[in-house]
Parts: sequence; structure tokens; C-alpha cells
Amino acid sequence: MQGGLARAAVRASACPVSHALKGRTAIAGLGITAQGKVYDLNHLGFASEAVRLALADAGLTRGDVDGLLVNPGLSWGDMGMASFQLQQAMGLRNLRLSATMHSGGATAGTMLQYAAQAIANRLCDVVACVFSDAPLKPPKPSADTGTSGGSGGAYGFGRGLEAAYGQFGVNAMYALVARRHMHVYGTTNDHLGAIAVAERQWANRNPAAQLNATPMTMEDYHRSRWVVEPFHLLDCCLVSNGGLAVILTSAERARDLARPPVYVWGMGQGHPGGDPAETLASGAALAKQTAFAMAGVTLEDIDVVELYDCYTFTVLVTLEDYGFCRKGEGGPFVADGRIGPGGTLPVNTGGGQLSSFYMWGMTPLSEAVIQLRRDGGARQVPDATIALVSGNGGILSTHSTLVLSSQPT
Amino acid sequence: MPYAKPIPAVTPEMRPFFEFAKRRELSVQRCTSCGAHRFPARAICSECLSTACEWVRVSGRGEIFSFNVMHQVYHPGFAAEVPYAVVVVKLAEGVKMVSNLVGVAPHDIRIGMSVRAVFEDISDDVTLPKFAPA
Repeated sequence: MQGGLARAAVRASACPVSHALKGRTAIAGLGITAQGKVYDLNHLGFASEAVRLALADAGLTRGDVDGLLVNPGLSWGDMGMASFQLQQAMGLRNLRLSATMHSGGATAGTMLQYAAQAIANRLCDVVACVFSDAPLKPPKPSADTGTSGGSGGAYGFGRGLEAAYGQFGVNAMYALVARRHMHVYGTTNDHLGAIAVAERQWANRNPAAQLNATPMTMEDYHRSRWVVEPFHLLDCCLVSNGGLAVILTSAERARDLARPPVYVWGMGQGHPGGDPAETLASGAALAKQTAFAMAGVTLEDIDVVELYDCYTFTVLVTLEDYGFCRKGEGGPFVADGRIGPGGTLPVNTGGGQLSSFYMWGMTPLSEAVIQLRRDGGARQVPDATIALVSGNGGILSTHSTLVLSSQPT
Repeated sequence: MPYAKPIPAVTPEMRPFFEFAKRRELSVQRCTSCGAHRFPARAICSECLSTACEWVRVSGRGEIFSFNVMHQVYHPGFAAEVPYAVVVVKLAEGVKMVSNLVGVAPHDIRIGMSVRAVFEDISDDVTLPKFAPA
């Protein structure tokens, strides 16, 4: 790891643009629509509403937006050109930047990375980065007593030969990697359950979390039904309808706007390739090199950690890959409750995608903004100044890192 | 009773696999430039980027690399079988295959178990390779 960081530092110094990006841009607006089992808007409606809310939060208007990046969720389908659809829906004119982006769950971080580069290089000034999805349908009047896979229609697609063996969906693919981690390192369901319980305890302090009012014990975790072993239901993220947008602009402009700026200190991506069931690792170690070198921080500087948590297992692996503990020791690391409220390492302080809402990489990003603005209420981490945000897509396939701060430098 | 599970399409790139399987032989692609085996079918060797390849019979011997136990029904053809296991077999040749392990209850499966290929005729065109304890 040290050798890797040293190499990254060399690369960064040879490329002054990287360090020149630290603190140049800031998140000025955050828009979160109603989340969860809400059916009054479709994917485009949620996206429009999220941008409207984010602009109002920042004290900006529609006419200020000159860049639009959109990560379409599954319900956008294969229509393509999501950013143009949203531009038309919102009546936006004369954009200088527009793209539809898809790095899976890493996209929130990758959108911000491209937006920050464009703003710092004066290609545009105010970029809305947007995610929305509406995969949930309203309950049918007559009770559906069938054995459907819930959202499996949207998320449980089978692929070619694998479907012949009954291998369907992302849950099943992640389960193969988690089982392997258990075999190699001795990770247990108690370890995974500790993550689920800690995130629920955070959600119980977050009035906006879908499961805010539902407590969870380790016994509840073990009693929850199996989805696909080794994953219980409570190992798996929620599925949510909703939209979420952030407004990124230059640090100078952000300082004149309505809310405290959340400065972008560091950004990086890491896409390892190969078979995650062999490596049992995400792209976090690689993405961290770039992002931490740019930000000039180490793990000891991080006050609050917001990790992509499609599964409890994803959190465990990501903690390992950022170096909070050694590879394979993620289970014992989380077992003592240190990532929950009152613990020494606050992780996913809003409840994450497991217990708050599932807006892909926008869930951890939005919670970091809330914490750095000190808007966290009962879940606020005291003196939170520097946040680590991760995004993760595919089966540990894509990864993005953001280092954000309430301070300009 | 008709076969109710999904029957894989015999695509042009996977046709040789199913022709071997009909003869109760397991096969994978082999790069004729560098010799690397690969599965499922791909146009290009990810080791050397050559497009030259052939389908070759492999031993059918391997071990359980990982497995899951599916409890939800995503397709009605599996409704009577839940919970059932999906396994990843690492063949002696190094290639991995998603499959099923026959004759072993899901909770008796262990990573590292030695397995061999067996074959199940599921339609006129398709014989499906599966695995059994070696």
C-alpha cells in the first residue's frame, strides 16, 4: 500500500492539474425527493423534482444551470440520452455540458469528477448531477400470492446459460463472492449482521430514512428470511423510487450561495477488472490512491465514512480495501460495533442503502453533504470536517472515491 | 411433464459447446495463439487479444470454487426446487463454470469438493452439463 501511495504521489506531482483541482469546486445544492414506496412520479419526474429541490437549496435558478450529467436508473430503460430527456423536461436551454453516464453504483462519484474538471477548466459553471429511478410499482388491489421475486423483474434478470442453472440477478452473483470471502477469511453472518444492525441504528436517528421507525437486533437479522445464502433479507439494500441531485459549481461561486459549500478535495476511480471472486477486492485501493493524493489526506484525517452498501458484504470489503483494517479482517473489525452510533469510526451515518434509501451512489454522497453541513440532527457526527465517499458498481467492478470537506483547503 | 426451466439458446458462438455436450463431452474455447482456455464464448482472448480459437474437450474434472443457495423464485421452473444451490466449478484447466451440483443437498456442499461433469438431456437440441461429486 505504501509503495502504491508513493507511486500515486509521483504521478500526481508529474500532473499538476490533479492537485490544482483540490478545493476548486464545491457542492452548493442538494435535492432529495420523497424516497421509497412513492408512486406519484416516474423516473423523469423524480429527476426533475430532484434538480428543482437542489437549485432551491443552493439559491440558484434553472437559468443558472449550464451543465447536466444524468445517471439513469433501471426504469429509464434503453431510451438513451437521459440528459437530453431531462433537459427537455425541465426546459433547460443552452447547456455547455450534457452527458448520460453509467459506471453502475460508482456513477455519483464519476459524474462529480467530470463536472469538477469541466468547471475548473471553465468549460461550464453550474452542473447538476442527477440520479433517479422508479422500479417499484404500486401494490395491486388484489393480493399477489405468487412467488415472484419482488423487484426481481427489474433487478433479477437472468443471463443466457446461467439462467438454465437458476442463477438470476445481482444478489446471486454477489453471494458467490461473499461465500468465497467466508471460506478464505472466516467471515461469518454475525460479521455481516453487525453491519446491518449498525446501519439500522443510524437510520433510527435519521427521520428521512425509510426504516427510521423500525429497530433491528442481531436476532432480527438472523431471523430475516434468506434471499440467497449467505445473504439474509437484511443483508440486502432497499429498493427505492425517487430522485437525488447535487449542484456542483466553482468554490468562489459556492461561497456566495445559500448553503455552506462542501468542497471537493479529492477524486479518483478504480476499476480492477478480472474476477472479484478470486481477488475478493473492490477497486477502492486504486481509487483511493488518486483521491487521497489529490486531497492530501490519510485515513486518520477522515471524520465520517459514507460507503456504497448494496450489501452488508460490500461495506466489509470496502473497509478492507481502503485500509481501515487488513484484507480479510473486515469481519472482526466491524463485529464490535465500532461503525455504529457512538463507535470510533462512523460509517453510513444516515442508514445507507440498507436502511435509509437506495439511490445508488447518491445515497452515500448525499449523507456526506448533510454531515459536512452539520445538518445531521440526532445522527450528526460532532465536528465532521472531512468525509470519505465511495461508489461501487457491478460486482465490485467499478469504484469511485470522493474526499469532501467543509473547509476550502 | 415438459421441461419447465429456461432452455438456453444455442447461439452461433455457443453452438460447439452444445454439440460437445450432446456427445456427453465438456468443452471450452482455447486460444490457438497463447493456449489460454476461456468460457463462456468470447470473440477475443483476454490474455493475448488473438481472435484465433478452437473448442476443445476438457477433462470435466474440477472443484467447487463457490456456491450460493437460492431461496427466491425468479422463474417458475425453479419453484419446486427452492432452496437450491448454484455452484461455480473451477475446472482442472483453470476455467470457471456456473452450474448445478447433482446428488448433493445444498447445505452439504463445501468449497473445494472434487466434482466431475455429468450431462442432462433437456431438449432435442440441448444437453446441459452439470456436475456431480467425483
